Amino acid sequence: MSTQKTTYSIPVGPIHPALKEPVMFEFEIDGERIVDAQVYLGHVHRTVEWSATRRNPVQILYLAERICGICSYCHPMSFALAVERAAGIEVPERAEYLRVIQAELERICSHILWAGVAAHEIGFDSVLFLSWQMREKALDMTEYLCGNRVTKAITMIGGVRRDITKDMFPVINEGLKFFKDNFEKLRKIYLDDKTFKLRSQNCGILTKEDALKLCAVGPTARASGVKKDVRIDQPYFAFEELDFDYVTPDVLTGEVNGDVYDRIIVRLLEVKQSIDLIEQCVRHISGIPEGEIVAEPKVNKLLVQLKKVEGEGVGRMEAPRGEVIHYVKMVGQESPYSWKVRAPTYNNILPWIPMLKGEQIADIPIVAASTDPCMSCTNRVGIVQDGKKSELTGEDLHRLSVEKTRRLM
Amino acid sequence: MSAKLLSPEDIVKGLKEEFKKDVLESRIDHHPIGPKKTDMVHVWMKIDRSILRPVVKHLMTLEKYPHFAVASGYDMGETIEIVYHFTIYYGHHGKELLLNFTIPIPKNDPTVDSICDYIPGALISEQEKQEMLGIKVNNIPKDSRVFVSEDFPEDMYPWRRDEKGPEPMVRNLHDATPPKGSPKKTEKTEDAEKQKPKKQPAKEEKE
Repeated sequence: MSTQKTTYSIPVGPIHPALKEPVMFEFEIDGERIVDAQVYLGHVHRTVEWSATRRNPVQILYLAERICGICSYCHPMSFALAVERAAGIEVPERAEYLRVIQAELERICSHILWAGVAAHEIGFDSVLFLSWQMREKALDMTEYLCGNRVTKAITMIGGVRRDITKDMFPVINEGLKFFKDNFEKLRKIYLDDKTFKLRSQNCGILTKEDALKLCAVGPTARASGVKKDVRIDQPYFAFEELDFDYVTPDVLTGEVNGDVYDRIIVRLLEVKQSIDLIEQCVRHISGIPEGEIVAEPKVNKLLVQLKKVEGEGVGRMEAPRGEVIHYVKMVGQESPYSWKVRAPTYNNILPWIPMLKGEQIADIPIVAASTDPCMSCTNRVGIVQDGKKSELTGEDLHRLSVEKTRRLM
Repeated sequence: MSAKLLSPEDIVKGLKEEFKKDVLESRIDHHPIGPKKTDMVHVWMKIDRSILRPVVKHLMTLEKYPHFAVASGYDMGETIEIVYHFTIYYGHHGKELLLNFTIPIPKNDPTVDSICDYIPGALISEQEKQEMLGIKVNNIPKDSRVFVSEDFPEDMYPWRRDEKGPEPMVRNLHDATPPKGSPKKTEKTEDAEKQKPKKQPAKEEKE
């Protein structure tokens, strides 16, 4: 690259640069190549943490559920974990397994949703529908277990709100069989297809060192070879009793590149892992006699107990996108004194910059989407309006991306 | 990566020996987790702000890249407390440790040193603390707002609980001039104040 050439900058977003959520990039462009990138956040701030200081912990569960439509289980659950630790509440054994089932089901939903979006970004809309057909089944199963498809309302401090009884097992097993039968189809398309490989290999590389320095989490970090997974590092729920291991791309290919392809591998293998984990949990549950699924079934009694709590706690979970961490400080009042929510995308924003540097404009959608960003999770406090600038719209970018795929085919 | 993993007690001891009086408080929380009630350890320490950078450097001797999860923060009246959450020993089955360092910062001199040169991933967290709590992070590599908009008042910080907090903006929403075309306020509000608050919603429903 000659240094005499002048570069120019283009703003991208904030309307849907990659996923259907607002985030704004400003790229320094030299011809087709990205020289530098800046990220602007804060377009969907909703003052969630501030609102929480005016609610009691049980009300906050439902508020936390609305932080994000996809992680509507892990946010309230991390909050519940933080409160349980501050208050010293112990969860019944059966509930620990039920919590794992919900968490893994959410992971299946989220990863397949992401896989569909990734296919869409590079112009494979038929694959989008094929994968979302599978997700539909996962949502049906969520509805069967929680009564809701998206905001699940299953979390309670000290346990869960619904049990899984023996007569529900056939439906769960049937669903798991469907996932297993269709998983092979997905695997073939995403991992063996030539065009998919052309678009995703050696693209959007994040080195292991960058991933560690920039504190990347979840599949983004694991695809760069960092063995980091809260479920194994510091097991919560019943994960310690279950048999599974870190998913890094070298499990399949024997090497780690940290590119978009590796991130696809990690997510797909995690879908398979989640199916297996749910199976293990179902087996465990059938061995535990039915009974308590929550430490204190009476909500009023629980609230009185929580009102007296003075202390602080941290709840950590491996959400589909990576580590979620909630901090709660309670000072013997009805509402918590302070609540901090850290969603995985918060940490996966800075790694975007090394990923995007050196790539082409047409690669922006797939690289940006490859971390599975969730802006609603990340932005929570305040209000932001963007300045009026000429924009490259999401449609333009998508068109460029599809054209690049066509060229490669 | 260091081959030998220290126990949480040894880590606390090591930090206390190195920094002595600047470690203000320390405690190790044990939480029984899972069906077998295995022990989960969270380390909590209160440290003086002058040793934040040396502590991070100390952590880097235990783990080459300590994972910085996030910094929480809240207003305690006289001081602002910031809690730095670090994890080390990830990648070892069940051996990971969560270390939380609480740092009290006096409101009359609300400054703290940046740790971005050790851990570049801390940038967004530090920017957030600046705009939400009104502290000043010394030597921060990028001194701009991230979540709060550019047109948000300069001297107002959403997480503060004092006069610099967001209360004036939030509490008086009803005092703001209503947009054109909205129905006019009636005298009803005064009458409603005299009545018991319980009856109020029922009456509105009937109307």
